Amino acid sequence: MKLANFIAAALVMGILGLWEGATRMMEIPVFILPPPSSIFATAIIKAPLILPHAATTFSEIILGIFLALCTAVPLAIAMFAKPTLEKALAPFLVASQAVPVFAIAPLLVVWLGYGIASKVFMAWIIIFFPITISLLSGLKSCDPEYRVMFRLMGASFYDTLILLYWPWALPQFFAGLRVGVTVATIGAVIGEWVGAQQGLGFLMIQSNARLQVDLVFAAILWLTAMGLGMWSLVGFLEKKIIKWK
Amino acid sequence: MLQVSGATKIYNGQTIFSRLDLSVASGQFKVLVGPSGCGKSTLFDSLTNVINLDQGTISWDNKELIHLGSHAAYMQQKDLLLPWFSLMENALLPAKTGNQNMGQMRKRAKKLFIRLGLKGYESHYPKEVSGGMRQRCALVRTLMFNRDLILLDEPLSALDAITRRSLQSLLLLLQTEFKKTILMITHDIEEALLLADEICLLSPIPMVIKERFVLDWPKPRRFNDPRLLEIKEHMLARLEKDLTCETG
Repeated sequence: MKLANFIAAALVMGILGLWEGATRMMEIPVFILPPPSSIFATAIIKAPLILPHAATTFSEIILGIFLALCTAVPLAIAMFAKPTLEKALAPFLVASQAVPVFAIAPLLVVWLGYGIASKVFMAWIIIFFPITISLLSGLKSCDPEYRVMFRLMGASFYDTLILLYWPWALPQFFAGLRVGVTVATIGAVIGEWVGAQQGLGFLMIQSNARLQVDLVFAAILWLTAMGLGMWSLVGFLEKKIIKWK
Repeated sequence: MLQVSGATKIYNGQTIFSRLDLSVASGQFKVLVGPSGCGKSTLFDSLTNVINLDQGTISWDNKELIHLGSHAAYMQQKDLLLPWFSLMENALLPAKTGNQNMGQMRKRAKKLFIRLGLKGYESHYPKEVSGGMRQRCALVRTLMFNRDLILLDEPLSALDAITRRSLQSLLLLLQTEFKKTILMITHDIEEALLLADEICLLSPIPMVIKERFVLDWPKPRRFNDPRLLEIKEHMLARLEKDLTCETG
């Protein structure tokens, strides 16, 4: 583990060092590719400017995740309880993933406006799928011998769900949620690119147009930090909840 | 009293057993011994509603049933403890799913923990205790089903020899102290000889009862009892003959 940490740190330092050195030695203009040092500086100095945008994007993602949880969990359980329902809905679920979100982003802005709603919707449809699928396969992976035992006990579906299926599926549910929270960022940012008044995606488009490339990178840096933060939060919750692993 | 008559199961064109009769009197400890893959587990599966019999009837206390779902408790080689629950919570599962008075059930489970040598391990999790402890807990859970009939499907075969010995005496308690009717499957002839009132020696597929041994002397028994050794030799000889027939 320690060696892995060391390798990861060395890799990051190596890439940043090369980048810093290359931009300085080749005298690449700041509006093409700023060195990492000036990106970090901008990310901190311009924080008062960036933070409100970050807050908007963050709330879009959180709302998207919340919506996705509220819909994906009941749907996965319903599909698990009624295999007919799963068979009927599976093609729609797959189709919903085959449609590129980028393609419908402009439509969403038309339908839901320039505000937060269209971005929340984007984040939601992106996260919804991995959570549903991973939870469903987690529920289905339950060992049949345990099911037989619960049936012999005369347990209802609800009891079996609470005591057996749900805890059994938790590790896979969290795997889906982890994927979900990281891709949610993509949904929100694309939504903001297409049309917004606020948010890190909006800031990136604006700064790009003004050749403030350091600000673009600073926004990306904040986005990455946000994604990593949510990733580790999910990991933390997973460890807290799944104590038996 | 459990009565299975004319039981037939054909699986993928192969007859697993055909017109099989089997009965276990109330309070009896009956053991089925047979080579692996002879269809014993298929028989148990049909008793516990995992599969249906193609023909034949199952009855309990003279009432004909489709399966023994609500009359039998089941214990098998795997302990099937849920890793997210403590040993006590695992033992209480049948009570939780059966909407029973939890206070009373908890008291009963505590007594059983003491009786089966699990005192002090109530709040331990399955991964924190040994295989023998886990199987003891599975035994408590089986008793918490509160059913008169207990089906044991090689319950001790995953344990080491020393642990198995101590758990065999606990299995005997099911009959002597808890007054259960027991049908057990095992590979272990010695185990069968120690515990059974009657042993049915089974043939390889299609499964038939080749020979019955009534062991009506008192328990607990000793391994070196010459009467047991005699039956053991006889059973081993019969099983060996089956195997050589099979290969020849």
